[in-house]
Amino acid sequence: MKRFVSKAVAVVLAVVFVMSFAACSGKKDSATIKVGVLAPLTGGVAEYGNAVNNGVVMYFEELNAKGGINGKQVELVTYDEEGDSVKAVTGYNYLMDQGVVAIVGDVTTTPTLAVVAESQADGTPMITASATAETVTCQMNSDGSVAQVYKNMFRSCFIDPFQGSKMAAFAVENLNAKTAAVIYNTGSDYSVGLTKAFKETAAEKGMEIVAEESYADGAVDFQSQLTNIAAKAPDVLFVPDYYGVIALVAQQAQNAGVKAAMLGGDGWENVVTTLTDLTLVEGAYFCSGYSVEDTRPEVQAFVKNYTAKFNANPSMFAAQGYDAAMILAAAIEKAEASGAKAGSNDYRQAIIDAMKATDMDCVTGHVTFNEYNNPEKTAAIITFQNGAAKFWGNY
Amino acid sequence: MLFLSQCINGLQLGSIYALVALGYSMVYGIIRLLNFAHGDVIMIGAYIAVLTIGAGVHPALAVVITILGCVMVSVLVEKVAYRPLRSAPRISLLITAIGVSLLLQNLVQLFFSADTRAYPSTAIIPAKAFDLGGLSLSLSTLVTIVVSVGSMVGLHLLIQKTRMGKAMRAVSEDTGAAQLMGIDINRVISITFAIGSALAGVGSVLYCCRYSIANPTMGSLLGLKAFVAAVLGGIGSIPGAVVGGFAIGFAEVLVTALGFSAWTDAVVFAILILVLLIKPSGLLGKGVSEKV
Repeated sequence: MKRFVSKAVAVVLAVVFVMSFAACSGKKDSATIKVGVLAPLTGGVAEYGNAVNNGVVMYFEELNAKGGINGKQVELVTYDEEGDSVKAVTGYNYLMDQGVVAIVGDVTTTPTLAVVAESQADGTPMITASATAETVTCQMNSDGSVAQVYKNMFRSCFIDPFQGSKMAAFAVENLNAKTAAVIYNTGSDYSVGLTKAFKETAAEKGMEIVAEESYADGAVDFQSQLTNIAAKAPDVLFVPDYYGVIALVAQQAQNAGVKAAMLGGDGWENVVTTLTDLTLVEGAYFCSGYSVEDTRPEVQAFVKNYTAKFNANPSMFAAQGYDAAMILAAAIEKAEASGAKAGSNDYRQAIIDAMKATDMDCVTGHVTFNEYNNPEKTAAIITFQNGAAKFWGNY
Repeated sequence: MLFLSQCINGLQLGSIYALVALGYSMVYGIIRLLNFAHGDVIMIGAYIAVLTIGAGVHPALAVVITILGCVMVSVLVEKVAYRPLRSAPRISLLITAIGVSLLLQNLVQLFFSADTRAYPSTAIIPAKAFDLGGLSLSLSTLVTIVVSVGSMVGLHLLIQKTRMGKAMRAVSEDTGAAQLMGIDINRVISITFAIGSALAGVGSVLYCCRYSIANPTMGSLLGLKAFVAAVLGGIGSIPGAVVGGFAIGFAEVLVTALGFSAWTDAVVFAILILVLLIKPSGLLGKGVSEKV
């Protein structure tokens, strides 16, 4: 009896397996191009997921209104993975069953890593709008060198360390800084990564690091570190951490008599919520994915349309979602032009090759991809003048 | 000059630790309770100041409301949580104190979310720094040191020179005998809590003027470090708390100044372990032999 049951189960499974293949090929409709969107639309990180999804939806609606790709309309298939790695993998398989040719996603780093691993078997082209960890597009060795690049995986956001080297180069080229000091959080990968990149670029550009101080995660007192820094009188002070810490450092830097211009990464974004007196960061600069005040026509059109459609200011995530969709759509267009059959290996490869060769103006800057499938693009530099945040320009 | 600046940093940090440690020591001295909710009273004070100043209350009045608010919360906690356990084993009291600490943190999180908020420090003490020939001294540092030292002197006079102080010392020495002598124990304990938390209120304002943010868990690390300061000085001893507070403040600054900034917390807690191993009664504490 037992044997009979297991045989029956095997037969049923085999049938389901074959059927699912049939379903897969049967569902492909040459009149539309299916693109998958994998994002957390509910749950703890839904804020990011919805922003990215809004950007993606908006781009494809605009594209369809203009006639779509190669005369075909783009049909979005969306899966809400709730910020969960397991659900993200389920979602990936669901999207593949639906016959998508490529995927925009995932949104946060951990589920994205799970999906990237899953996608290695079939090599579906993917682009994430917001997963910033280095390991999303390449497998790393334990010593920090790159073991292997995931050929099918791209992203439209910049990686964490990129911001560190950006700010070092900015300090040398635009602030004429000769000396710099760094104060960073030893308990945060973000802070450590930015600091490492900042120091490397500073060394390349000939800017001397005169003081390097650190603190443990959760620390509130930086006065002694800042006193040490003040004694060295550096031109700039790099503070790569989030806005809660920035408020404390800014105030204590003034107490300690630090005169250096402060520099930071996108963790500074919400500093207005923790710092009542913005004159404390007067003359500071930080980089961000983009700024709504950017005057480039792409950005202004995006901000205007987004605000009209969603009745909210587009966040950095929405802009990056829009860009991810734009990069992917351009690549699909080239794949369509190549004449390969949708869903075939040649078609996938054509999309991947086209993404790799991306060279276009996006909302968050001019994008090209480097050997690790990370975008090389400009960052929006925000500064503080007369007690208010102000867009400085793209750098 | 760098050395002098770091000394001033140590003084400022030390005086805040000393103020908070005093609250620990006073309560411990009277009812042998390690009031782990003490740090959270400071956090409550920070939120009171954020809300009152945010509502447009004059900063000076807001400071008074903060101190009164801290006193009320503490006295309420004592009445509701600690008084029913007066005759219970000390370990029950200790566990209750940890429970109260978690309760306060989570209540604030429930009502005001876990987000870090800006503390209106410049409304209370203007951001001003004096340049003394290369030595930068901020107004808030100056106010912190003066107010803390003033509070400590006031507390010392209160305990040594007034009738209430005498009653407190009597209760601390022998609760039973004090009660037999006609001292209202509950009243003395409530007043001790009130004074300890008034110091926490002052500490809250000074602490937040230096670290101008408020969040629900800000009190726990501060409370723990002040606890270490109290133990180092000899828990239950008022001068000990002051000495311990300044010692911890200077130790932190010294470690950082020498370039080991990531190690400050580790050093503070290593001090706790060393004190407990070598001289559990602390620098100025009385060695108490366990009654068998």
